This record gives sequence, structure tokens and C-alpha cells, in this order.
Amino acid sequence: MTEHDDLKGVNERMRSLMARTTHGRDDFEDLVIVPLFAVVVALVFGALIMLATAVDIPTIGRSFAALAIGSVGSLNAWSETLTAAIPLVLAGLGLGLGFRAGLFNIGAEGQLVMGGLAAVIAGFSLDFLPIVIHLPLTLLIGIAVGAGYAAIAGILKATTGAHEVISTIMLNLISFELLNWLLRQPWLQREGRSDPISKSVPDSAQLPQLLDWINPNLRLHAGLFVMLIAVAFIWWLLFRSKIGFAFRASGENPSAANYAGMKASFVIVLAMATAGGLAGLAGASQITGVLGRASPGFSAGIGFDAIAVALLGRSHPVGILFAGILFGGLEAGGRQMQVAAGVSIDLIGIIQALIIVFIAAPLLVRAIFPWGFRRNGRKEDAA
Amino acid sequence: MTDMTATQTQAEKLDSAASRKARIMGGILIALALLVLFVLDVVPGESATFRLTTRRDAIQIPDLVVPGAFNMVCAALLAFLGVRQLLRGGARWTSLSLGFGLLLLVMAFLVWATAGKAFNLTSMLQAAVLASVPIALGGLAGVMSERVAVVNIAIEGMLLAGAFAGALIGSLLGGWIGLVAAILVGGCFGLLLATLVVTFRMDQIIAGVVINLFVLGVTSYVSSQVFAEYRFLNNAKVFRAWEIPLLSDIPVIGPMLFDQNLFVYGAFILVGIATYYLFHTRNGLRARAVGEHPRAADTLGVDVYVTRYVHVTIAGMIAGFGGAFFTLGNVGRFEENMTNGRGYIGLAAMIFGRWHPVGALSAALIFGFADSIQQKLALLNTPIPSEFLAMAPYIATIIVVAGLVGRSRPPAADGKPYVKE
Repeated sequence: MTEHDDLKGVNERMRSLMARTTHGRDDFEDLVIVPLFAVVVALVFGALIMLATAVDIPTIGRSFAALAIGSVGSLNAWSETLTAAIPLVLAGLGLGLGFRAGLFNIGAEGQLVMGGLAAVIAGFSLDFLPIVIHLPLTLLIGIAVGAGYAAIAGILKATTGAHEVISTIMLNLISFELLNWLLRQPWLQREGRSDPISKSVPDSAQLPQLLDWINPNLRLHAGLFVMLIAVAFIWWLLFRSKIGFAFRASGENPSAANYAGMKASFVIVLAMATAGGLAGLAGASQITGVLGRASPGFSAGIGFDAIAVALLGRSHPVGILFAGILFGGLEAGGRQMQVAAGVSIDLIGIIQALIIVFIAAPLLVRAIFPWGFRRNGRKEDAA
Repeated sequence: MTDMTATQTQAEKLDSAASRKARIMGGILIALALLVLFVLDVVPGESATFRLTTRRDAIQIPDLVVPGAFNMVCAALLAFLGVRQLLRGGARWTSLSLGFGLLLLVMAFLVWATAGKAFNLTSMLQAAVLASVPIALGGLAGVMSERVAVVNIAIEGMLLAGAFAGALIGSLLGGWIGLVAAILVGGCFGLLLATLVVTFRMDQIIAGVVINLFVLGVTSYVSSQVFAEYRFLNNAKVFRAWEIPLLSDIPVIGPMLFDQNLFVYGAFILVGIATYYLFHTRNGLRARAVGEHPRAADTLGVDVYVTRYVHVTIAGMIAGFGGAFFTLGNVGRFEENMTNGRGYIGLAAMIFGRWHPVGALSAALIFGFADSIQQKLALLNTPIPSEFLAMAPYIATIIVVAGLVGRSRPPAADGKPYVKE
């Protein structure tokens, strides 16, 4: 096992565009040590940034304590963490699936907006239906609209080769304008309001709260089950179904997949639509479980955070589940941090970005923490 | 159409893809013709008045009065281009027709919006040039790094970092030092991107996205944690317009190009330098070789890693300069996420401009034009909601990227890490 062999092994693994995010047989170092170091280093950097902006050391201590208490320190904290994790995991599953298929979809935010908007409209306009039909229908409409919106980028890529990064970013920006415009339309705007805010979703289309029998302030809702079902479904889809195999094959080696008879354009459109459907579901669950109405910017950057979640979870459904809960915890803890220690929640964004840097560049983590890894690095057969 | 037989060659396949795209574009052009005919129709007898000079100007030229029938002509031309494209569309004509078609659409739209009113065209064009500056510099940064095969999604973050550094240092130490700081900070992020993707071989798109997230996080954090409390840290002096004597007196062109601030002149000069450097110097040729075939360049003694480091850092400096425009060239104050996607539009401008500095600048001017139309038309009270006008540049970007990407080719090694043997 010489250094040269090691380098060649790394070279092999770096070859495909998404190799880092998609390769299947991760070992212990990849799955546990790298993320662990990433989180620790990111928190240390966060502390350094607080120091650099003249936050004193006791306050830094208080903010990390608030971060911990606000994310896992109480029943309410867990409820907030999981509530924040639900849309992150749902959208992250879609993005991870896209990465597996070799698609870099930046558009989850826009798909989430469109799915949420569709859920609001279905929610208040179909209010004559009983809850057993109305709620699932509302979620399904959210899925369908999110899928349709993402499919635009997929179709453009498949037919003209337009790069999905650019087209999904543009679709995001378009969806924000569309949202702002729709919220001023009389049929959507809440009666008697001049500010842009939509009508409310009736109870029959709301995801029921799970813990309100303990305390009505606990916001955790039945989207938790939707999320778990989605994790299981995407796992099955990716690793046990024929179409999932086509997704992964196209991502790993497009020309081999093409010669094996998989239609590249079909795979692209279907993968984008599935990803968009999940992002749309994330939006719909956020509307029907938490917000109850749409307002400008209701997507709150969830679609962008979900990119980080998918990268952190290595595009594996179970990984995404844990990554989503971690990010949900950072989100919930960050709010507590802002209230208790007066440190801006924007710090959480920095910590999240740093986590992804270290996850996506394992060579960097190895350079910082050489003692955390076996001397010769990864065995070649793990590649 | 042609029979799909098993013996169809690859060339024929490409051909049919090109002609399918040509047909799609034909359909789009005909749809635009219908749009002009039925939506942008002007009441007969009304005409649009475009003011070209203001009373203060040294040289006066009469207003441009366009009769409403102009839109009929536009619709007819669009329909002709569309039908031509449908019947015998060729790859060579597709992008030309599309570009000309979009230009016709914009002109018809302006005539429709101004019908029966008067509108100062020159001030809109002046604003268009100004709006295109960050997009052009972002696009140029993209050209510099993609020519050495490093995909640069991080332009958005570099612009934001430049804007932030410009505001902070500019408030403390004055505009010029703020400008230098913006360039240096941009360069640092370029260097960081190069380190991540060249040395640590991180995926280039992920590295870019992460830099964007990081810059957005840091700048938002500081502006809410520090700027909110110490306002004097976020109050820089703005670079005013420098009027170039004589040239600025030329009607229309003068205000557009010769009565602007430092950033406009800087953008034009940098585009000139970059074009000369990339296509007429030895080092430029080496840089392009690294982008096209790094192995060959390496064999001939070009240091691929150093070349990539240098060019991506320069790209970061250009983007930092472009970012300073937002604060030092415009409002003097930093706001959270104030670049608002301009970096991504710059990336689209680079693709539209076929990875060429001049092309990127031209594309940026078109985007800037769309941007300023949206702002100025709010004054004209058009029935179109402002949100839809705001959407127009994004939709145009999608159409352009979809319509042209097959015709323009990125550097062959774009996005691939290089490992020395």
C-alpha cells in the first residue's frame, strides 16, 4: 500500500462528478469520523467567528449551551427540532435522489414554494371534502405541482441540454415573483387584508398535531410519519427498484447506462420530477403542518438548506434522515441561541456551510486531523 | 420526417437533434409573434414618443416618434422568422433568429408600453449599462475560471463578499481602500475555491455552493450582529460618475458610456484586457490549453495546478471588484443578500456569451437592459404587474440557455479535477 496507490485510488473515486456524494459502500471513517469531525470543526470555527465579532467568551459559552438546550434539551426542543427537520428531510431526499442520478438540482426552494402554494389553494378551495380525502389530496396536489415545476428543468435538460443548475436557479427566482404576485390576487388573498397573505388552510387539510395532548404549544405534526414513509419509499426506490437502478447507473456512468438501454432523457425528467415532487411535498407539509397559510418568503431557505442536508447525508435516505434532524436541531437551537444569548441566528448558516465543506472535502478533514484515520487511508477496494 | 433506421449514424442523430431544436425555436418565435399581435397591440393612430436628449444636453436631437403600426411589422417579422425556422431551420440560423426575435419583442413591448406617452429612452439605456456591470464582471470572472476548467458557481458569493468588504472598509478607510479590500477579499475566495477544488479535489459545484452559503452566512451574521449596532461601519462614500469631456456630449451614446462611474469604465477595460490576454498572449494560450486538455498542457511543461490557482484567484478579484459596485458604486450601504442572484445571472451571461469576455459583456448588457426596463416601466403604469416584469430576465435566461447551449461549447476539461501522474 504505497502512497502512489493511495493517490490512484482517490483518483478513481474522484472521477465521476458526484462521486463524493453518491458512492455506495461507505465505511466507518466516511460515515462516522468525517461527519463527526466536520461538526466539531464547524462549531469551533463558529466560536472563532463570534470572537472575531467581539462577542465575549461567557456569551459564547451561553450561546452553545442555548444551542444544545434549544435543540435536544427538552420535550419542546425535540418537538421543534423534528418539526424543522421534516421539510429538510423531505426536500433533501429529492435532492439526494437527483445527485444519485447525476443532477445538481438547486431548485428545491422554488419547487417547495410551488408545492406549498398549490397546497394552500387546494386547502381552502376544496374545503367541502372530509379530512380523510382532503388532507391526502392536498398533499398529493403539492407533490404534483412541485414535480411539474421541476420537470420543466428536466425537460429542458433532456431536450436542449440546458444546464439544470442555471435553469433551476432561474425557476427559483421566477417562483418567488409568482408567489408575490399571487398573494395579491383577490381570490387568494385573505379577506380584509391589504398585506400579501393567503387565505388559511381549513382544519380538514391540516396535518394533525401529535403532542398537543401534552401541551398545545408543541408544534410537532403528523408530517413526521409522512417523512418516515418517504425515507422508506426512497430507500426502496433507489436500492430495490428497477428505475432506481437506472437513476444510479445514469449518475455513475451516463454512457454505460445509455448503452445498457436506459433512456437518458427519460431518466433525467423522471429524476427531476421525483425530486420536485418531494420538494413540493416538503412545501405542502410545511403549509398544512406548521404555517397554515402562505406569505412572502414562507419557504425560508429550506430548499437551500436541504442541499446541505443531502450532501451531509451522502445522498443516502437514512443519512439524509439523520442529517435533516441535525440541521433541524441547529435551526431550533439557533432560535434559542438568538433569544437567550443575543447571537444572530445567521451564525447557524455559517456553521452549516462549514459542515458541508468538511464533509464534501474529506481530504481537507484528513489534512486537519491526520490522527483520526488509518495511516494508509482508504483501502482501494472500498472505492 | 426521416425514418429512424438502425443504420442511423451519430452525425445524423446530432443533426436531427439540432433540427428539432430549430423547430422548437420556430414554435417559440411564432408564439412571440402572436403575443405581439394580440397582447401588445397598439390602438391605431397612437404613437410612442422616445426622448433621446434632455434639455440640459449640449447637443439636442429630436424625439423619436414610433407609430403604433410598428408593432404589426414586428409581429410579421417574428412570424416570418418562426415559419422559416419551422420549415428549414438550420443550426446556423437558430441563435441568430432567436436573438433578433427577442430584440423585436423588446422593441414592440417598449412601443406598446409607451403608446400615447413619452419615455426617456436615454436614461433607461444609461441605467441598463449600470445594471449590467455586476453581471458583466461576474460573467468575466466565470470566463477566467472556466477557461482553466474550474466551474465557478461561487461568483455569487464572491460578489457578495466584495460588496461587503467594500462597504465595511470603505466606511472605515475611504472608498479607494475599500475598493482594494473588495478586490482582495474576492481574490481570497478565489484562492479558497482553487484550494478546495485543485488541492483537495472537492467537487467544483459543491465547493461553489458552499462558498456561496458561507459568504451569505458570514455577511448576514455580521450585518445583523455588528452593522445593526454600529451604523458608521456601514456607510461608505459612493464613487460618483466621472464625465469624460467631449465624448459625454454625444447624444444617447455619451450618457450611456461616457458619463458613468468607475465600475462601468473598469468593466469595459477589464473585458478588453481579458480578451487580449486570453487570445493574444502566450500565457493566455497556456491557460486555455489547461482548460481544454490539461494532460497535454502538463506534458508540454505548463504547471496545471499553478495556472488554475492563478486564474481562479484573478477571477475572484474580478468578482470582488464587481461586488464593490453594489455598495461603493451604488448605495454605499451593505444589505443582507444584496447581490440577489446576480452572480448566477453572470454565469448565464458567460454561457450565453460562449465563454468569451466580449460575449459575456454583450449578454450582460442584454440582462441589464431587461433589468432597467423593469424599473423604468413602473413609471409608465403599464397593466403588467411588476412581478412579471421582474420575471422577464429570468425567463429570458432560461430560453437563452436552452436555445444556445448546444451551439456553444464549454472548455473540454471544464469541471474535471486534474491529477498529476
